[in-house]
Amino acid sequence: MSTQTPTVHAVPQLDVHAIRQQFPILGEKVHDRPLVFLDSAASAQKPNAVIDCMANTMRHQYANIHRGLHWMSERTTEAYEGVRDLVADFLNAPSREEIVFTRNSTEAINLVAHSFGALLKPGQAVLISQMEHHANLVPWQMLRDWAGIDLRVAPITDDGDLDIEAYKALLADGKVALVAITHMSNVLGTITPAKQIADMAHAAGAQVLFDGSQSVVHHKTDVQALGADFYTFTGHKLYGPTGIGVLWGRRDLLEQMPPFLGGGDMISTVTFEHSTWANIPHKFEAGTPAIVETIGLGAAIEWVNKIGFDGIAAHEADLTTHALQRLATVPGLNIVGHPRVRGGVVSFTMADVHPHDIATLLDRNGIAIRAGHHCAEPLMRRLGLSATARASFGIYTQKEEIDVLADTLVRIRDFFV
Amino acid sequence: MEAPFVNPQEDTAAEAIEAIGDELDVFDDWMERYQYIIEMGRKLPPFPPEWCNDAHRVPGCQSQVWLEEKEADGRLYFAGLSDAAIVCGLVALLLRVYSGRTREEIQATDPGFLRDLGLVQALSTNRGNGVEAMARAIRTAAAVSA
Repeated sequence: MSTQTPTVHAVPQLDVHAIRQQFPILGEKVHDRPLVFLDSAASAQKPNAVIDCMANTMRHQYANIHRGLHWMSERTTEAYEGVRDLVADFLNAPSREEIVFTRNSTEAINLVAHSFGALLKPGQAVLISQMEHHANLVPWQMLRDWAGIDLRVAPITDDGDLDIEAYKALLADGKVALVAITHMSNVLGTITPAKQIADMAHAAGAQVLFDGSQSVVHHKTDVQALGADFYTFTGHKLYGPTGIGVLWGRRDLLEQMPPFLGGGDMISTVTFEHSTWANIPHKFEAGTPAIVETIGLGAAIEWVNKIGFDGIAAHEADLTTHALQRLATVPGLNIVGHPRVRGGVVSFTMADVHPHDIATLLDRNGIAIRAGHHCAEPLMRRLGLSATARASFGIYTQKEEIDVLADTLVRIRDFFV
Repeated sequence: MEAPFVNPQEDTAAEAIEAIGDELDVFDDWMERYQYIIEMGRKLPPFPPEWCNDAHRVPGCQSQVWLEEKEADGRLYFAGLSDAAIVCGLVALLLRVYSGRTREEIQATDPGFLRDLGLVQALSTNRGNGVEAMARAIRTAAAVSA
């Protein structure tokens, strides 16, 4: 080998064609056109590995968990609890007991708002940002109204980045007990500087929660390297099933927090007068959980791990660059948000065309995107918009699909002018 | 009836639905069909800007839809507007069917014709569309005793 050859960092190429073969739904037609699915940020499609795992669980290995003294229950418990190990590895969490299963990220955040919120005192504050999804806004408003705490909102810049100076100023009085911020905006695609946010929060005596619903899908997540105290994500955006989400929390915090829901499985002892709680994580998992969905989440994580985040991140960065270039050529199209670091989500508006009309006409051409306020109404107001159209990308997205989107947008534009 | 309230073009709601179906059938292509629907929206009588407020807004749609009604000679007349062009066209289509009819005729006319024409895919669940909410608002207006 020639010594002159510069060292090239090998970026693993995804075999997108082979990956697409694993998603049966991608062979479907919509309005007689091949489905172009550009709405993965709302919910991703499911590979056979997940579909088959869930079906096989129900066909061959299913019973209630944690309580049966029989073979089926023990095997199902093993499969279910095995996913806790997988998730702990996936997030690089220090221990499996810090992984709490919830229904989705929304429920995980509500759990923290309720149970961490119970430790807060009037006068303390929770700090969020202007780009939060309603899931990371409304629970804190509810907590504010119950607990008499303050709710502070860190502004964003016109480009769609967190305004770090303003964020720092909002932390300065030392009253913020918790910073709760998205790790990646579902509207702007902004990947927030999580490590910096966490370091600044800790310096001001605050804990930090990241809503990782969008970001866990696109790159490797390491809650310890980020310096997070809580981290949440949902299964269905990670090629897994709906109805299963994850809260990771630091052990000492989870141990101090009171339970969220009461019922079976979360208790140690129960009398008519009094109950004592199980240890973490079971303290936070009342009732029969989403057993099959949890096992399905495990299959999704194993599937994603097998593909590897190096390849996934490179593919999605490539798609996003391509989308930004192609969409910039569509007359009248305006990209919403120009953050410094972004993931595979691109919001846009078009002069004289309502996002709703864009989505309806794209749909007739087999192209699925999202249009609306994206469950982030205050962000829309900050941007001076009532709605945007949003295309989002996943493992299975092809550049050709982005070309179809851009070409169809040109036709739609012609329609209105 | 004076603008912005919509006068019926056909004698009955059923005839209006049939006429709309025939007009849409002329087109082979859904893009052309939508172009025609958008045109219908553009031909709506100008909706007074001062009515584009929360009091006139039909709740339950992501695009904004505004509606006003007026009763005359035992008939209900409607005026409407949306900020999205296709939804505005669907508003025009709904008003062509429902405006200037008696309460009885409005209540007897099922908005399912929108689904039959392929204009909305699932009338009861397509919450983002606003047309279903509009149809409900029109029929609720007709159900309220004068």
